[in-house]
Amino acid sequence: MKFSFTEEQDEFRSGLRRFLEDKSPSTEVRRLMATPDGWEREQWSKINTELGLTAVAIPEAYGGHGFGLSEQCIILEEMGRSLLCAPYFGSAVLATSAILYAGTEEQKKELLPGIASGDTVATLAFTEENGLWDNSGIATVFENKNQHYSISGTKSFVLDGNTADLIIVLARTPDSKNDEGLSLFTVDAKASGLRKDLLKSVDETRKLARIHFDQVPAKILGTEGTAAGPMKKTMTRSIICLANEMVGGAERLREDALEYVKMRMQFGRSIASFQVTKHKATDMLADVELAKSAAYFAAAAFDEDDDETEEAASIAKAASSEAYMQTAIHSIQMHGGVGFTWDNDTHLWFKRAKSCEVFLGDPAHHHEKMMTIWDA
Amino acid sequence: MTNYTENSVREEARAWLGENWNPNLDLFEWRNKLADSGWGLPNWPSDWYGRDLPVGLVPIVEEEFHRVGALPIPKSGIRMLAAATILNHGTEMHKQKFLRRIVTGQDVWCQLFSEPGSGSDLAGATTKAVMVGNKWVVNGQKVWTTSAHKAHWGLLLARTDMDATKHDGLSYFIIDMKQPGIETQPLKQMNGYASFNQVFLTDAEVLPDFQVAELGDGWKVATTTLMHERRAADSLRAWGQVPDNEGPIYDQERAEIETTMAPYKWYPQRAGRVDLIMERAKETGAIKDPAIRQEIAKLMTLHKSAEWTARRARSAQEQGKPQGPEGSLGKLAASNVARTAAKVHTMISGANSMLSGEDSPENGTVSEVLISFPASSIAGGTDEIQKNIISERVLDMPKETRFDAGKPFKDIPRNTIS
Repeated sequence: MKFSFTEEQDEFRSGLRRFLEDKSPSTEVRRLMATPDGWEREQWSKINTELGLTAVAIPEAYGGHGFGLSEQCIILEEMGRSLLCAPYFGSAVLATSAILYAGTEEQKKELLPGIASGDTVATLAFTEENGLWDNSGIATVFENKNQHYSISGTKSFVLDGNTADLIIVLARTPDSKNDEGLSLFTVDAKASGLRKDLLKSVDETRKLARIHFDQVPAKILGTEGTAAGPMKKTMTRSIICLANEMVGGAERLREDALEYVKMRMQFGRSIASFQVTKHKATDMLADVELAKSAAYFAAAAFDEDDDETEEAASIAKAASSEAYMQTAIHSIQMHGGVGFTWDNDTHLWFKRAKSCEVFLGDPAHHHEKMMTIWDA
Repeated sequence: MTNYTENSVREEARAWLGENWNPNLDLFEWRNKLADSGWGLPNWPSDWYGRDLPVGLVPIVEEEFHRVGALPIPKSGIRMLAAATILNHGTEMHKQKFLRRIVTGQDVWCQLFSEPGSGSDLAGATTKAVMVGNKWVVNGQKVWTTSAHKAHWGLLLARTDMDATKHDGLSYFIIDMKQPGIETQPLKQMNGYASFNQVFLTDAEVLPDFQVAELGDGWKVATTTLMHERRAADSLRAWGQVPDNEGPIYDQERAEIETTMAPYKWYPQRAGRVDLIMERAKETGAIKDPAIRQEIAKLMTLHKSAEWTARRARSAQEQGKPQGPEGSLGKLAASNVARTAAKVHTMISGANSMLSGEDSPENGTVSEVLISFPASSIAGGTDEIQKNIISERVLDMPKETRFDAGKPFKDIPRNTIS
């Protein structure tokens, strides 16, 4: 398997990086994170009309550009780097994958073009207040009255759940458990019986919501009772995307800390000349580069439908979670006191690292997942 | 220059092997054929047992050898380093005298660089060579010398000028190892093996003709030798894999490799033996322990990430991209994997980790991992030196302050053991 980038991919990355540096400097990140929505339609339409970022990995038949996950992961890495405030992960990754893997042909044609263009912002509501990342945690139920479906229960940690137009919901039949009896539904965010609470999140650049469903009318996505398979694939894809987003953020932190120590003088010398700093900077490089390899490998494996994809996804998530958090900790340390201040940007990425560390399963969760694969 | 293509080289090699390879030949006879034809080291100059083949086409020749089961030249130990050094810096006499016997495996070589007083700081060597009458007379001590007790010739780095600066005062010699002034002693390591020697030089002699390059050029020449060290390690690994074929020539080759490799049987263990982890965890039931499962998964995450990093670097290299930072991290990652693997092996083996030899799991292999892994972060450049190099060359951080630059060597503070 080849997983170094082609010249075209490298060019795409550098163009995107310039765009995001211009449109999403930390001043802009700080402005948007202080708003309740956390993002703005105007900028969101710009990244979709000018760059077609949401459309990249959606097949051409459904209004997209038909690229692979490796290309989408370049976008995620760059967004992680710039901490772009946009509903991309919920809409272009979570919701898009669920529709792609669970929806009927007709539903894909109906739902995906609007998402691809950015006109519709979608998200996926699957985790509940118990915070479990596998299907054992799903307690939200659906009812089927002559093909009229309704949903009742509470979803939590829903990414951009306060602003999404379309919510994909995972629910089950009342007497089922684990992978059995699961179905995916599409729900209009304005439907009756639906109540949203914006949660206070550590990472203010990424808004999370709790959504209560009280017999909310819903449309079934795909075939009733068969959501476990599509959800598994949706999770694998999303985990790989998140790993790539994380290594982008980690690399940015590493580079900023390096630049800072090179500039900082103490005791009449650059603090970058202290061996303890040089060795820490090298450890950071190794952490980030190894995690990048895992993230890139997982994306390439997914595109090639490789047998190792599942384990590679978990390895990539575990490696990038540890690397991102460790890099963030080192970065603050290398900045010294100023690194602990609000005005210094390091904490913005530190907080994203913390929220990404647990989102879609923390390292311990993924360690157990890979062991289950190998121990089978 | 002849224009070579993959096909022309393949055809030529195939034709030559068809006419010359015969598993019933005596090993020495076969190696002589390789030396005469140049097929043993086809990228070497045609004047010196090679065929001037571009190095990129050598794998084609190797494939053809492999296809018919033909044996390569004995690329063992320091021989290939000696050959590269002599080809680059040696005189006509050196080439005449030494190169053929390297190709045919008649001479064993050793490298006399490291000293007890200079490990990471190799250029701080204090073994002295002084001209007495018409000979160089050498006094000092060398260490970590592979095969010194069997060697016919040594590549010697010695100080010829105490008033010159550290690097400028070194010269390079080829020294006859079979002389009264040289005493070798095995160096027993903490894992019980003696893979290396200590070499004591007491009034050992070198004829002026056996100096390599100019006086004071020793460091430059040593750098050439060291540059080839990595490549030599790779070819040694390839040489160690004899085809399963039956025949006297294979038995001869296997016997030679067996003797050469015996002191390094523990090398796979120093890398941590990650390959045994899952099997051992299942066998012992440790796989059921949630805490151990976490540690195994962490190790595997590290191990796979390191493996994929090497693949990423190779893949970029194949595309002709300049080397990125991922290409320089392999050694650091490997010592981290080895350290972590030893910890996980200990968790899996529990109380049995206290035992060694045949009382230890896997007939001593596990114990050997536990007492060999520290070599990974030292041998071939310590982790600390690696980190200095990476931070300076890759991250462009300030160079270490030097206290030895520009001073005569005699004024530089040194170890009391020298």
